[in-house]
Amino acid sequence: MSPQESKLIDIDEIIDSYPGRPEYLIFLLQDIQAAFNYISPEALALVCDHTGVPLSRAYSVATFYKSFSLEPRGEHEIKVCDGTACHLRRSELLVEHLERRLGVPAGGTTKDLRLTLDTISCPGCCASSPVVMLDEDYYPKFTTRQLDELLKDLEAD
Amino acid sequence: MAKASNAARPEPQRLNSVEELATLRQELLDSKDPNQAEIVVCYGTGCLASGARQVEAALKKALKAADMDVKVRPLIKTTGCRGFCSQGPLVVIQPEGIFYQKVSPQDAEDIVQALAQDAGPVQRLLYRDPKTGETIPHEKDIPFYKLQERLVLRRIGSIDPTDIYDTIAAGGYQALAKALTSMEPEQVVAEVEKSGLRGRGGAGFPTGRKWRGALKAIEKKGRPVYVVCNGDEGDPGAFMDCMVMEGDPHAVLEGMILGAYALGAEQGYLYVRAEYPVAIEHLSIAIEQARSLGLLGENILGSGFSFDVRINRGAGAFVCGESTALFTSIEGKAGEPRPKYVRSVEEGLWGRPTVLNNVETWANVPLIIENGGDWYAGIGVPHSTGTKVFSLVGKVNNVGLVEVPMGVPLGHIVEEIGGGVPGGKPFKAVQTGGPSGGCIPYELKDTPVDFDSLKAAGSMMGSGGMIVMDERDCVVDVARYFLRFLEEESCGKCIPCRLGLTRMREILDDFSRGKGSQKDLEDLESLAQAIKDGALCALGGSAPNPLLATLRYFRDEYLAHIEGHKCPAGVCKDLITYRIDPDKCTGCTSCARMCPQGAISGEKKKPHAIDESACIRCGICLETCEFGAVEVF
Ligand SMILES: Cc1cc2nc3c(=O)[nH]c(=O)nc-3n(C[C@H](O)[C@H](O)[C@H](O)COP(=O)(O)O)c2cc1C
Ligand code: SF4
Ligand code: FES
Ligand code: FES
Repeated sequence: MSPQESKLIDIDEIIDSYPGRPEYLIFLLQDIQAAFNYISPEALALVCDHTGVPLSRAYSVATFYKSFSLEPRGEHEIKVCDGTACHLRRSELLVEHLERRLGVPAGGTTKDLRLTLDTISCPGCCASSPVVMLDEDYYPKFTTRQLDELLKDLEAD
Repeated sequence: MAKASNAARPEPQRLNSVEELATLRQELLDSKDPNQAEIVVCYGTGCLASGARQVEAALKKALKAADMDVKVRPLIKTTGCRGFCSQGPLVVIQPEGIFYQKVSPQDAEDIVQALAQDAGPVQRLLYRDPKTGETIPHEKDIPFYKLQERLVLRRIGSIDPTDIYDTIAAGGYQALAKALTSMEPEQVVAEVEKSGLRGRGGAGFPTGRKWRGALKAIEKKGRPVYVVCNGDEGDPGAFMDCMVMEGDPHAVLEGMILGAYALGAEQGYLYVRAEYPVAIEHLSIAIEQARSLGLLGENILGSGFSFDVRINRGAGAFVCGESTALFTSIEGKAGEPRPKYVRSVEEGLWGRPTVLNNVETWANVPLIIENGGDWYAGIGVPHSTGTKVFSLVGKVNNVGLVEVPMGVPLGHIVEEIGGGVPGGKPFKAVQTGGPSGGCIPYELKDTPVDFDSLKAAGSMMGSGGMIVMDERDCVVDVARYFLRFLEEESCGKCIPCRLGLTRMREILDDFSRGKGSQKDLEDLESLAQAIKDGALCALGGSAPNPLLATLRYFRDEYLAHIEGHKCPAGVCKDLITYRIDPDKCTGCTSCARMCPQGAISGEKKKPHAIDESACIRCGICLETCEFGAVEVF
């Protein structure tokens, strides 16, 4: 979902869609992460009020799991698969290439908040390794040259 | 409710008895024309990545344009992964079973025309046997399929996983009907015991014994008891569970319902890895459809037995695949393992008796109940019964999902079903068991693939990842890769794991730079032992395995790094050199233009050279050169 769309989503609506019990903490954080691309301090506080979880514990949950981010992530996400099959096809070189090109380490977001670079574990298409994902789209058997083209297309976008 | 992929569908109506389920199935079978042409498009992740969506759109367009006569009006259907992912996108024409591979949108028209004019298959899209060079039109005759025994995967690739009627017509929920009408709950447990089924999630614990243990715990503590499905699939090189959940979600559900019936559970949980959105979607649809037909929820098939399930999405933590961490995570907390003073069957989720089984384990249960434990025990080998699904990946021609009876030799899977290593050389080793496993070298290719033989060979079954390595893969690099993965995934709760893994990884980092000594090797081995003994959970406890196994079989390669300062496979960056072969270089200049360091120089149409001191070994020149002139030493 693009951030433009997500602005239309009301955080209260997300929060009210789950019963106010501690076991729903992770569900709520997931939906908020999906809608807003990150979990703001305000959102975290609202979730705590609703579920009755102390802030310190909610914070430790939000930092424990990799799919939560307490800082805004980029508008787009480029993910290089670093599963075993892709690793054998030198996906590491693709990650390093992107790190050089974007000037951010894996896991980081460019200053203009356009792009987050990340690695993922096998999404299940090892036949196409090395695999790169831009948001929800897969790019099979990718090369550094194709990465450059993809980045260029993104810039032109 | 279901996608309108098939013609007339009955409105979902609650089934109030086993007889009503039988009637529905009969109606579904009767209404199906056995000669109905179907164009089946594989919608597994592998085929989606190689363009299945575009192929389906083109086929739809071509169908519309073709204006077929009434005799042949094919339906288009999408299914889960057919297993042969390396040949994707796959399209199969039913009922004949014509197998088209590497289909592109441009092929759509020919496929549709061949059907319309009954002109026989489109030759260029057929599979060609690499050994004989002959085309093989039918899926069932292709060696990749012929050599497998697809039981767990039997419906995947033929049913539309988002349409419960398709599953029911194909025999779904027959085992449940049988259990509800002719088996006491305890008999279900006894049948699973008899089958010899062992857990498919990694440790291979006998499933029947686990269930029996839960029954005992219930005697002491009473109910509620919970059944939980582990769909966290943490092994970073494996996707069997994903494809089972995506391709046949009802098989998993039916297994869980049977388990719940056996134990008297009213609530179940499916814990699914976050990176599997399609699996989550298909399971959600399946749950909703099963509820609306009365196969799930209150008073299932009018039997008085009630059971429901809920999906918990993982949030990206490998350790949550571990049983106690998984329960903690379902409870809404950070998924740290707990010490197992008490077994989970006694004190699991919410402190209650709990049975946790893996996706594939659950999917085996309906097969056992329908055909009997004795039948199941006759498949495979005595202490490892049944089949096992593997994701066969890496340096192998046929990448995909394979299912074989337990006990077939490893070499058979890699060389016969997998078609061997590209280029025809023997494989170097096969990694099994993911980050907790080990590797089996080529010399041991006759090792039977079952729980105990793999363990004896210093590896383990694990959940079913099978990664084929060839001579260009470095064992030091692979050991380091898994260690780094686990170091990042360690929850940090206990010291041997938190500090030990980092130290081990550091030593391996040094090895990959050519630094180290015999003494480091010995230190590494004793550190590995200390971690094995001291870690709280099996993440830490099994973390040294990939290292120890590679050390056992490839010690020389480790020594080549630290004493010879060479990476024989040409992988470890600090130990390799890129060079241009002047005889092959045509001076096309493309590598010089691509090199991010400007390290390549040379005149147009003259051989180029790489300045070693500026080279960062990014591999771009190697990838760019169309003449194979760039070499790695
Ligand atoms: C660190 C760690 C990760 C695990 N990950 C998984 C997993 O992803 N999927 C799984 O089924 N079992 C996993 N297991 C094994 C489970 O703890 C448990 O043994 C299994 O789910 C039981 O089911 P089974 O008996 O049907 O195999 C993992 C264990 C450990 C220690
Ligand atoms: S062994 Fe590692 S992952 Fe397991 S509890 Fe200890 S620190 Fe956590
Ligand atoms: S390892 Fe990258 S897709 Fe499987
Ligand atoms: S995804 Fe199509 S065969 Fe595996």
